[in-house]
Amino acid sequence: MKVLVAVKRVIDYNVKIRVKPDNSNVDLTNVKMAMNPFCEIAVEEAVRLKEKGVATEIVAVTIGPKQAQEQLRTALALGADRAIHVETDEQVDSLGAAKAFAKLVEDEQPGLVLLGKQAIDSDNNQAGQMLAALTDLPQGTFASDVNVEGEKVTVTREIDGGLQTIELSLPAIITTDLRLNEPRYAKLPDIMKAKKKPLDVKSADDLGVSFASNVSLVSVEPPAERQGGIKVGSVDELIDKLKNEAKVL
Amino acid sequence: MSILVLADLHEGQLAGATASVVAAAQQIIKDSGGDIDVLIAGDNVHAAAEAAAKLDGVSKVRVADNAVYAHQLAEPMGKLLAELAGDYTHVLASASTTGKNVMPRLAALKDVSQISDIISVESADTFKRPIYAGNAIATVKSDDALKVITVRPSAYDGVAESGGAPVEAVDVVVENSQSTFINEALAKSDRPELAGAKVVISGGRGMGNGENFKLLDGIADKLGAAIGASRAAVDAGFVPNDMQVGQTGKIVAPDLYIAVGISGAIQHLAGMKDAKVIVAINKDEEAPIFQVADYGLVADLFEALPEFEQKL
Repeated sequence: MKVLVAVKRVIDYNVKIRVKPDNSNVDLTNVKMAMNPFCEIAVEEAVRLKEKGVATEIVAVTIGPKQAQEQLRTALALGADRAIHVETDEQVDSLGAAKAFAKLVEDEQPGLVLLGKQAIDSDNNQAGQMLAALTDLPQGTFASDVNVEGEKVTVTREIDGGLQTIELSLPAIITTDLRLNEPRYAKLPDIMKAKKKPLDVKSADDLGVSFASNVSLVSVEPPAERQGGIKVGSVDELIDKLKNEAKVL
Repeated sequence: MSILVLADLHEGQLAGATASVVAAAQQIIKDSGGDIDVLIAGDNVHAAAEAAAKLDGVSKVRVADNAVYAHQLAEPMGKLLAELAGDYTHVLASASTTGKNVMPRLAALKDVSQISDIISVESADTFKRPIYAGNAIATVKSDDALKVITVRPSAYDGVAESGGAPVEAVDVVVENSQSTFINEALAKSDRPELAGAKVVISGGRGMGNGENFKLLDGIADKLGAAIGASRAAVDAGFVPNDMQVGQTGKIVAPDLYIAVGISGAIQHLAGMKDAKVIVAINKDEEAPIFQVADYGLVADLFEALPEFEQKL
């Protein structure tokens, strides 16, 4: 079974972001970028499926600027067999991304598509679900356990009240939650080998999709600053402050 | 302007988040007027429909009661919503795991973008939402004919319950051969629901182990609080993951948030920094949590917690 895994280049999760002074967006110049953490988990799951003999080929795909090929090389070093880069300098929203992925699903006919549940920059949590809708495939979102058995996949999902297990017919779209697995690190020999693995570059035109969106960004602002408070010396003082000053007890 | 609100259900009953989504819908129709309909979809959901009919501001409750909608699986729910959406300018749901699961499917079926997790309504087409783990607030405008939106429940006080909207059946039944519900393992608790609690007390890695979370029980009981946790505590196996507060867990905005043994990583702050009052109890006086805490107590939690409980 072929597995398609989508990865996104985002700001490194440890970076404290800055909003541009003109409030047009977040400033990404000279900021450390990395693979979205949820996408790393998707790649790891794909590699584990290959190690179990379930997956036969792993195709890593991304949409974004030229530099996003770094993240595809990372996926190749971790165990993906080949990569597809849909190159664009446009802002791509979840619907645009889902349309491009849907075309790749049509071309590649994978048995399973893995995506992260959300990107830590836009925090949208949409692309996997939209891809499932556009391809008319079932979805297993927020997966913390994935088991492929014959023509079915059982997915345990993290839901608000606890866990839910569902069974989907294949092919299916799965989005990963943090607890699905612990991603491995790429070893140096694998990073060297990844440089020789095939990486196809396509454009939106090649796929016949448009990244135009009807949603526009009006402005971006820093959130209201919280005023640092005071330190209290004892439990008694804490209770007194909560009762008489904050009036929350 | 006409709005459809997809109701949140919890074990077949109406969840509190629905009242918050109706409050957001009222903001959208504030200037131009319009109807707010609530959709209850599920299996055997009469009680939830009756409860939704009492919510202030609701014009009518539409009930899709059929086994195919049990557990609100995304595939049939997407089709149902796409069938109904033609009557509306906006479809709203809470940014719960159900809303997040189902709404993007609706948006894609209608070929529109979705706006996730809004915290404020600027106008009928312009909304504010947090990005980058809440470290920036984006204002976005949608020119789509149909606006598909999820609402952060903690950003809105729920509407009151004095109404009496009519309830009508929806006879749209769709097929689903793609997905099957197998089972659910729901955490059982007598405490208030984490996302809607007025007081939350959370433990982090500093709790040391799962057994020590019992130190929070007595305080939670006295304060009527829900108990939360940081990702570190969940990953260490101290507590189940549905207790996680943060970017990838639950977003809470209680009146009082007490963080115990939590350092205050960006991802945790994303889930709780809109609390009205934050208290931090941590033995490391350099911990970042003290930069957002209104009241900080530098102390060993194993001494401070029993004393706090006893003196409450």
